[in-house]
Amino acid sequence: MAKITLIDRRGSDDQHGIEAEAVNSKAARELYTKRQQIYPKLAHGFFRNLKWAAMVVLLAIYYITPWIRWDRGIDRPDQAVLIDFEGRRFFFFFIELWPQEVYYIVGLLVLASFGIFLSSALFGRVWCGYACPQTVWTDLYIYIERWIEGDRNERMRLAKAPLSLDKARKKVAKHTLWLLIAAATGGAWVFYFGDAPTLFREIFTGHADPSVYLFVGLLTFTTYALAGTMREQVCTYMCPWPRIQAAMTDQHALSVTYRGDRGEPRGPHKKGESWEGRGDCIDCHQCVAVCPQGIDIRDGDQLECINCALCIDACDEIMEKVGRPKGLIAYDTHVNVEKRQRGEPAKIHLVRSRTVLYAVLMVLVGAIMTYALATRSTLDLNVIRDRSPPFVRLADGGMRNDYALKLINMAPRVRRVRITVSGLDGAHLISNGHQVDANGAIEVDTQSDGVANVRVHVAAPSNVGPGSHPMRFTITDTETGEQAESASAFFAGAAP
Amino acid sequence: MTEKTERDHVSGTETTGHEWDGIKELDTPLPRWWLYIFYASIVAAVIYWVLMPAWPMVNGYTHGVLNWSDRRNVAAEVQTLEASRAPMFARLASASTADLARDPELQEFARAAGESAFGDNCQTCHGAGGAGAPGYPVLADDVWLWGGSLDEIEHTIRVGIRSGHPDARMSQMPAFGRDHMLSAAQIGDVTEYVISLSAARDRLHPNAQSAARGAQIYLEQCAVCHSATGAGDRTVGAPSLVDDVWLYGGSREEIRRQVELGRNGVMPTWERRFDDGTIRALAYYVHQMGGGEADQAALAPATSTPVLDQDQGQQSGANVTP
Repeated sequence: MAKITLIDRRGSDDQHGIEAEAVNSKAARELYTKRQQIYPKLAHGFFRNLKWAAMVVLLAIYYITPWIRWDRGIDRPDQAVLIDFEGRRFFFFFIELWPQEVYYIVGLLVLASFGIFLSSALFGRVWCGYACPQTVWTDLYIYIERWIEGDRNERMRLAKAPLSLDKARKKVAKHTLWLLIAAATGGAWVFYFGDAPTLFREIFTGHADPSVYLFVGLLTFTTYALAGTMREQVCTYMCPWPRIQAAMTDQHALSVTYRGDRGEPRGPHKKGESWEGRGDCIDCHQCVAVCPQGIDIRDGDQLECINCALCIDACDEIMEKVGRPKGLIAYDTHVNVEKRQRGEPAKIHLVRSRTVLYAVLMVLVGAIMTYALATRSTLDLNVIRDRSPPFVRLADGGMRNDYALKLINMAPRVRRVRITVSGLDGAHLISNGHQVDANGAIEVDTQSDGVANVRVHVAAPSNVGPGSHPMRFTITDTETGEQAESASAFFAGAAP
Repeated sequence: MTEKTERDHVSGTETTGHEWDGIKELDTPLPRWWLYIFYASIVAAVIYWVLMPAWPMVNGYTHGVLNWSDRRNVAAEVQTLEASRAPMFARLASASTADLARDPELQEFARAAGESAFGDNCQTCHGAGGAGAPGYPVLADDVWLWGGSLDEIEHTIRVGIRSGHPDARMSQMPAFGRDHMLSAAQIGDVTEYVISLSAARDRLHPNAQSAARGAQIYLEQCAVCHSATGAGDRTVGAPSLVDDVWLYGGSREEIRRQVELGRNGVMPTWERRFDDGTIRALAYYVHQMGGGEADQAALAPATSTPVLDQDQGQQSGANVTP
């Protein structure tokens, strides 16, 4: 196999062609080669603009979200999105979740999974190309690199140039900016886990918890390493998504495709020459030059391709210049390319059974979650039966069991509830600290947005048989009548 | 070394020169990242030796310039913890029963502190959760030998039972059999009578004739402490004989043995061992196990409402006051 070398063959008289080697192309791929640095050229066009827009929006969401305030009343966190580990709560605007409600997060993950299945079935690796943090931050880092060191050719020249003051200045500037962005990324991450303004002040005054600095440091390192130095290797070697993608996609999913039926046979084209008997591809290598993954899209679908569509922009620009229709590289399917080669009409199937199924499932899961969230109870009861002693024999021959009740009140106000027992004849509540009213009920206050622990005893008369008897505890909000129940048991000794 | 190293033509890596059945071993260099981490670990180890306790010596060990000691740190943390609990213990020690009844925070503290002290000191005899054991009273039930109010329980913990403390709770059940105060037949009769007094009669079915003979002996020997009806007397720690709860076991044989041997249990005094706060916590913990009785002054219902109202009152007051 040929050793890959970057030969500077610029200056050829090709009208638009440049020498760009696809360092990750199928032909160039060797088991033992070291990684080749990729110098993506800046593309211009619709998809580049779309990616800029996606980048700005996504970064804005990431950096700004922790700073959005949301009034929840006195003594309550006023951060709109907050994962409060210490208080064991998750706040999302008007939603407040408790740890035991983790199934909402599971629902969200299911929804996200179907979302990515649907998007993959429709547009292939659209997530990879536009929304993946790896793509977004790499894009940002390349933007910085380009701003300081220039576009592709200048960067390649700089890389090969001997160390000079200018080179050192540029490298230092680039890495400093990268590190600053990386630190800001890590910084923004921790703001999701604590009050952002407070944490911001603490970080800079040195008063933050060591774990805060640890996580900022960790994410600074990963951002810098992944987006700055590792880049396409993350997608190719580390990320499982390209592999999962192979299972998720099908022949009808749109992906960035070189329309070989139109492009081949490729070859250089001089102005004024006829287009008869040849393909539209002038082999200018612009699609390779802009590729951040270092591949040649004309080799077909590849593991490395993240479908960022920058080659579409690059090719369209050239097609316009040489006066041929745009879309030699476009969102299309391999099936269509083959069909056109056979002279059959190509068709795009976006509505297919699997896309419909995914969409229906998404709506279904979304509806279930919305319903569950809208009707969720803010009152809950957990009952823990004491096991030592398992039961107590009383002076009057009756039996007593002891219970620890956890009154879970998710409402941000103290609520008074009535505790009652049912399901066992003659069983009645006893309490040391609380008064049992005429109906055999105990009234206690719950905690505002918290768990109140109440210990109660239940006594049953002497005629209660041995063994375990099912019974239940009920708490009822004295104002609203909202109820929560919990099944438990009364144990009256082993059968003789 | 005149030997020429061989290079593998695929990978370009040198071989080690070793060969087995035509398979040659590549002399692949260590991955650089691995090597750097290895060097960094060596450096870190040396720094650690300097900073932290590291090397055992003949007498002791190298202390390191940071003078770090886990033992000292733990001791300091324990001290900090104890200091942080001290105010609550002080509050508990000075709180009246009524204070305790209306202070949920103090109750929670007393329960936790009591449970901890109980587990370390009382559980061995009285069982987890006050489940009791033969000869060691169940604390979770509503049967009390010396009284089940918070004050009585606290006093018992303080002075102990037959503990040698000057104010110890003191009484003695005679050993009617061992000391030949009653004949074996008489003990049998009195046992039948005691069973006939108690709720155990439904399951042990006392011999009516024997019980009738035993009634006279009971009045002469036992009624002084256990009362004529068998209700017992808490002032002398004489258990009630009318219920079906037996300190030394509820079978006919076990009841008879207690009349014969008159075992008298001992509970140590805890006054010298615990401070007032801990004793109060223990008393509260035992009291709330389920059988605790009200004091002479009835317990007010403990709710957080009064406390909350106070807080709100203070807040609104603060708002009004300029």
